[in-house]
Amino acid sequence: MEKDLNWREFIITRLIKFSGYSAIIFVSLIFFFLLKEGLPTLSEVPLGDLFALRWYPIESYYGILPLITGSLLVTIGAGIIAVPFGIGTAIYLSEIAPRWVRNLLKPLVELLGGLPSVVLGFLGILILSPALRVSLNLPTGLTALSGALLLGGIAIPTVVSIAEDALDAVPKSYRDAALALGATRWQTIWRVTLPAARSGVLTAVMLGVGRSIGETMTVMMVTGNAPALATGLGDLFSPIRTMTATIAAEMGEVANASTHYHVLFFIGMVLFIISLIVNVTASAVVFRQKKRAERVLS
Amino acid sequence: MNNIFTKNRELTEKLGFSLLTLMTLLTIIPIIGTVIYIIAQGAPAMSWEFITGFPRDGMREGGIWPAIIGTFYLTLGTAIFSVPLGIAAAIYLSEYAADNRATRLIRLAIINLAGIPSVVYGLFGLGLFVLFLKFGTSMLSASLTLSIMTLPVIISTAEEALRAVPQSFRTVSISLGGTRWQTIRRTVLPEALPGIITGVILGLERAAGETAPILFTGAAFFLPRLPHSPFDATMALPYHLFVISTQVPEMPIQIQYGTALVLLVFVLGMNMIATFIRSRARAKRQW
Repeated sequence: MEKDLNWREFIITRLIKFSGYSAIIFVSLIFFFLLKEGLPTLSEVPLGDLFALRWYPIESYYGILPLITGSLLVTIGAGIIAVPFGIGTAIYLSEIAPRWVRNLLKPLVELLGGLPSVVLGFLGILILSPALRVSLNLPTGLTALSGALLLGGIAIPTVVSIAEDALDAVPKSYRDAALALGATRWQTIWRVTLPAARSGVLTAVMLGVGRSIGETMTVMMVTGNAPALATGLGDLFSPIRTMTATIAAEMGEVANASTHYHVLFFIGMVLFIISLIVNVTASAVVFRQKKRAERVLS
Repeated sequence: MNNIFTKNRELTEKLGFSLLTLMTLLTIIPIIGTVIYIIAQGAPAMSWEFITGFPRDGMREGGIWPAIIGTFYLTLGTAIFSVPLGIAAAIYLSEYAADNRATRLIRLAIINLAGIPSVVYGLFGLGLFVLFLKFGTSMLSASLTLSIMTLPVIISTAEEALRAVPQSFRTVSISLGGTRWQTIRRTVLPEALPGIITGVILGLERAAGETAPILFTGAAFFLPRLPHSPFDATMALPYHLFVISTQVPEMPIQIQYGTALVLLVFVLGMNMIATFIRSRARAKRQW
């Protein structure tokens, strides 16, 4: 009986430990398969052609620059919307709103994060794009701007949620000290609370923006899918195409192990590396903040 | 700082607060507006036939039953793989793992898993499950892909729930002669259960609404019958909404809004159940 128990305990402990390491296994597996299917690109397409300006796979033009600039343009546009509105809302919820308002609104904002991106794309096609076309007098409403606006909406919940947590974690004594010295609440927010929470707020911005780069369905549905090189913010008013949308739109139609197939995996590899950099940097920031907090408290 | 004792700064504060309030309203109103609009536009499409019927006439008529069932199967399949694995990983991190380099690497891997774009999961699923393991374009491949995507959500929320159980509970159980696993199984897990369930539902909610990971791993444009085995491809609500809003010409608008509403109810329904369980558990908690 006793022995039996030991065995069970042993096996269960092993299983749990293995599960614990599963996340590392999966990240490695994902990276391995992207490399396996993506790296052949480098021997099939000359580097000069890969970083060229024309994406037209039917005639073997595999220039991914328009896709990269497309992703950048939409992401920057989304950031311009999500950063001020996200941080503004976070400050309002954490520092100004009464507690019950915060407890009501924060889950509501996080609800937006749970809306399927295909639903937002659907509304983008039916409502946002026609509205933009008419009000800005454009030839088509399916532009980078529609994508940027919707992506901004998708990034906001991430920014609000994390930034609000960071602001909320600033000790009350900081604020009390500032107020006791005669600062207004407004001054306290800008000169004390926000600087104290800045690494958390920075993390919020990075993760929000990181989420916009990876968004697929919404941008595929509303940005018009024209792989044209974007050179400035003025291109917000024309159709573009992102890296994610290209993979989603074309992978279904390519032959396995063809050059086109390998290039699409190569783009996936680029996306994976971008998200790796964003997330490692963001978590390094959090880690540093935690260390500093420990120092202050000890 | 020279205007610190003037009326000016009170005015600044008033203006600033109004601006932030306005920004919050501009963030909140579109969210509420979106949900209400879809409910209003989608409600007229709701009928017994729409829910339980098959699509007819190139999907321009009939119902969306195969897509509803498909999303249900995919969510269930995702749960089968990701729930045990995710909870076990959370138990490891909360109850066993030492604070060392290996554990930090695991945490970094989880953060990265959470940040990988959904379409990259699709590529991975295609490479590993569909082609390498030869599961084909099937519910099995799609569920496995979705499970890995939901894993970080489940692990981090479940770990948080486990860590919230006071240390004294464990100490008492161990001192009464319980082994480590008995302590977890009989004491820690039951206390953390509501939190874990909340995390599981939030993870599965994300899986139910995703399109990109199933695009090339298991989603079918149209099927005249329901899937019979895990190796069949399936229709799914989010993919169906994508198809009828971009790929089918002259699609009646009412069916599109109806599909969006059913998807929204599916996803937000799960969200509300999770929120309800969490708030009830918080209210009942005695520690």
